[in-house]
Amino acid sequence: MAELAIRTEQLSLWYGTFQALFDVDFDVKKGIVTSLIGPSGCGKSTLLRSVNRIVERGGTVKTTGRIEVLGQDIHAPNVELVQLRKSVGMVFQRPNPLPLTIRDNVLFSTRLHRDRLSRAEQDEIVEKALSTVLLWDAVKDRLDHPARVLSLEEQQKLCIARLLPIQPAVLLMDEPCSALDPTGTEAVEELIWTLRGDYTILIVTHNMAQARRASDECAFMLMGKLVEHTPTDQMFVTPKHQETADYIEGRYG
Amino acid sequence: MFEATARDHRNQRVQTSIRLGFLSMTLLLAAPVLIVLGALVYKGMPIISLDFLLGDPTHGMTQGGIFPALVGTVCIVVVALIASVPAGVAAAVYLSEYAPENWLTRAINLGILNLAGVPSIVHALFGVGAFVLFFGFGTSILAASLTLAVMTLPVVIVATKESLQAVPMAFREACWNMGATRWQTIRTVVLPNAVSGILTGVILEVSRTAGETAPIMFTGAAFFLPFLPQSVYDQTMAMSLHLFVISTQVPDVPEALPYGVALVLIGIVLVMNSISIAFRIWLRNRKKW
Repeated sequence: MAELAIRTEQLSLWYGTFQALFDVDFDVKKGIVTSLIGPSGCGKSTLLRSVNRIVERGGTVKTTGRIEVLGQDIHAPNVELVQLRKSVGMVFQRPNPLPLTIRDNVLFSTRLHRDRLSRAEQDEIVEKALSTVLLWDAVKDRLDHPARVLSLEEQQKLCIARLLPIQPAVLLMDEPCSALDPTGTEAVEELIWTLRGDYTILIVTHNMAQARRASDECAFMLMGKLVEHTPTDQMFVTPKHQETADYIEGRYG
Repeated sequence: MFEATARDHRNQRVQTSIRLGFLSMTLLLAAPVLIVLGALVYKGMPIISLDFLLGDPTHGMTQGGIFPALVGTVCIVVVALIASVPAGVAAAVYLSEYAPENWLTRAINLGILNLAGVPSIVHALFGVGAFVLFFGFGTSILAASLTLAVMTLPVVIVATKESLQAVPMAFREACWNMGATRWQTIRTVVLPNAVSGILTGVILEVSRTAGETAPIMFTGAAFFLPFLPQSVYDQTMAMSLHLFVISTQVPDVPEALPYGVALVLIGIVLVMNSISIAFRIWLRNRKKW
């Protein structure tokens, strides 16, 4: 069996008295793209946000069960959230570059975790990260421009690039293309595909065609439960459950 | 086709009259400002000269200049800002970025709003009790400034809190998801983006601090004291009190004198505000967003 990047065991989660996740057992293999699909409110974003514990920010969140990232129980008392989030990066639905220059956006994460950086080290980090996200050629002459002058597609790539210098193992993406036009979507999907292998990627998406195009494995959630988790080809051709079949054929959702 | 009906005409008439009504309210509100400024410039301008600004009051304050009051007001405002801005900004950052949403936070917020509603004469008496007597600062610039600082804290806190909350949540989420602590997030992203709002609060505070009379009357401002203060423990003259005194307490003051004083007072506020605004522009140009 392939090595696991994320593993949940009997994970249940409540927002106050509302239960959003029911006994989810979910394994994400290392180095591949796994997509999470399901209708609005099915708990897929909650599951995603549990993996770096950003979900707890609401305050009244209660979790039972277990989540492991790279074999480590992330609710263990010796887990430092800063270190967890360093290795589990997150990309949001709306590109949210920081109000800084392109260069400072890329350097931001490194500066959080390291005190001194020589100019040469900075240049190297910036070039490497931007090259990895296929943005270097487009922005190398305007690194000192504010990040918001970039197109949405470029901004989203930048948001991915700024996670890379701190070498995360897992990238969580919450509908990373839904604010982009078809060309942007295609470019970002391509990028996600090239990051595959080096990073474990978990994508939440509303777009079934995207899940089908750009993921190795696919998990279907409904009403807070994980219904089915199979290789993507299999899910879209021979779904095991009736609910899955109905959803991917667009009968609800 | 598409001609206006009687109903359309009626709606149009209502729309026009409503618009004119709102416009006249706006003008009605702007008029006093223009009239006051116009009257001050018209009546006060002739008396303003370098001697007036830099001279001492003479002949029982019916002649001469206003230099001690001018210096006194600037000192009081500066000390009040030094006392209240750091405290107010820190409190606002706590309330906006750290405080959990619970009854204590709500109570503190309510308390701040109520502090803003306390009449200034009550602050004055509080200042006498707390700073002049209890802390033993005596009637001094320090006591007067601290009284004003307490009075204007809500202005700074509310303005800062609003500008912090105007910083998009997405920026904070981006930072937290890279493992930034709250403080790293505040220092690198939230505060730099809120600075201009904070400065707006400071501008409002300067205007109020420079103009208030009651709170400094018992705590540090002197009726007549033609010397410059040597330290924050000295009393001083102040423009607002001086204006009050020559307008109501001193006989035979030439008409132009109070107008001149008022004009200079507004001028000080304008200058201090311009400094804040220039600082704000400088900050905006230095950062690239």
